[in-house]
Amino acid sequence: MTNGTVAPAGDTVAAPGPRTARRPRRRPALTLYTWLVLAWLLLPIAVMVLFGFNDTHSKVNFTWQGFTLTWYRHLFAIPNLTAALVNSLTVALVVTVVATLLGTPIGLALGRHRFRGRGSVDLLLFSAIAAPEIALGAALLSLFIVLGVPRGYWTVVIAHVAFCIPYVAITVRARMAGHDPTLEEAARDLGAGPWTAFRLVTLPALLPGVASGALLCFALSIDDYVITSFNAGRTVTFPLWVYSASRTGVPPQVNVMGTLIFVGGLVIAGANVLFSRRRAA
Amino acid sequence: MTRRRRRPGAALAPYLLVLPGWLWLAAFFVTPVIVMVSLSLQTGDFIDGFRQTFHFGTYAHVVETYHVQLVRSLLYGAAATAGCALVGYPVAYWIAFRAGRHKSVFLFLLLLPFFVSFVIRTQSWNVVLADNGILLGPLKHLGLLPEGFHVLATPYAVIGGLTYNFLPFMVLPVYVALERVDARVLEASTDLYASRAQTFWRVVLPLSLPGVFAGVLLTFVPASADYVNAGILGGPSTTMIGNIIQTEYFTNLDYPAAAALSFVLMGALLLAVFAYARALGTDDVLEVAAR
Repeated sequence: MTNGTVAPAGDTVAAPGPRTARRPRRRPALTLYTWLVLAWLLLPIAVMVLFGFNDTHSKVNFTWQGFTLTWYRHLFAIPNLTAALVNSLTVALVVTVVATLLGTPIGLALGRHRFRGRGSVDLLLFSAIAAPEIALGAALLSLFIVLGVPRGYWTVVIAHVAFCIPYVAITVRARMAGHDPTLEEAARDLGAGPWTAFRLVTLPALLPGVASGALLCFALSIDDYVITSFNAGRTVTFPLWVYSASRTGVPPQVNVMGTLIFVGGLVIAGANVLFSRRRAA
Repeated sequence: MTRRRRRPGAALAPYLLVLPGWLWLAAFFVTPVIVMVSLSLQTGDFIDGFRQTFHFGTYAHVVETYHVQLVRSLLYGAAATAGCALVGYPVAYWIAFRAGRHKSVFLFLLLLPFFVSFVIRTQSWNVVLADNGILLGPLKHLGLLPEGFHVLATPYAVIGGLTYNFLPFMVLPVYVALERVDARVLEASTDLYASRAQTFWRVVLPLSLPGVFAGVLLTFVPASADYVNAGILGGPSTTMIGNIIQTEYFTNLDYPAAAALSFVLMGALLLAVFAYARALGTDDVLEVAAR
């Protein structure tokens, strides 16, 4: 999902050449197996896309009835569903901005500074990522119940920011780990003030990590069901709407929206990869 | 490496950087967990309100009442984790050693499901596996399956859904570990007349175990605590502890019981996580999470 995924470290496999030469026979069974597993992974995506074009007449979208573009034309025909999608998108935007602003400095501090309490910050991030989502959701709900805070749009935002901060922090930290601190010292030696050195040297190196963290945030937020279901009150987000519809039958508009989010995600992720490659080059 | 002319405020810099995010996490992650524990030790009811009575009996009560679902959740989680390891290891192996120049393409394909909502992916299996849907319908029509045959609402559907949803969390760390295996070690093994099988079992597999452990962690915790798969693909006989927690909070309004159950689940899973982290370190997990 981030640009880090497509970068197998080049230095670890020092000599692919000799190994290839020593391998006289290929293993078609394993290759076939991998393709089968990938097909299995991608099957639900194909089903989602395909059934968005299904000429179904009932609310039950289970069998193939023929091709139609109706659902693309009547994408916003279900007001509740549209409202849920709008909620999801705006929550994800707000969460991305806030969590990136709060998480990036933590990643920066962990990646660049040695300080007392560093270990405990690490532990806090690790716990927040390792704790099961349902426990985070239930704990926050408990807090809101005890304080008498009504659940709704903003409690969802608060919850999402809380679980996104650690992901931004570790993404930025991973980026900082590959950054040479002497570059900044060189800038200082050349007469740059601390702020100028940060702006001209550290920040450009940091940006791809921040962008990856922000994208990760957006993806996590827009997709979250578990934590949201505990803290949403009467507010409905896209995943909540789909889950409750799954009992009675999911209308094809959901497939269309899913397909559009899928395509949008691919475009943005692709742009991020291209952008960071160009920066790196 | 030491920076010269440290300004007096420089030592404060990391704390100022960490502070805002730390406050948010303290307020909305640490405090809620403490409040949840406190809530679990209250008694009362929704109408008259709850009072702090430090009634530990709630814990015994919920564990006794719901031990079936608790055990079931851990079993389903373990089964899905084992499934992910068995299905995913060969895939990670193939991508690391056989995919050649196209590694990144296959890693990308592996991550593709994450671009589709978790709930929609699970719901798609609901469509595929429907009793008279696109898979079972034709098979029943041809008489290959009895009319009453169904997959949905069985443990197989739920465990299958969990395995499906968490497979990439297993493949990625295993891949990272395999990718780190030094090609020269493999050559040394071959030079010492090890067969391919011996090289795998005695060199590659042990070297990749940290990745497998990281994968087990990343799979087992969310799979055991998941209730979306049980909710969409399961039936009354596959209820997991997550479904119960939700019912207690929202239908029964028994907050102490719900909080106690959540804490038991979190405690059990976090204990496993920290035991793991103590033994093997957190770097592999955080590294994968950062990807």
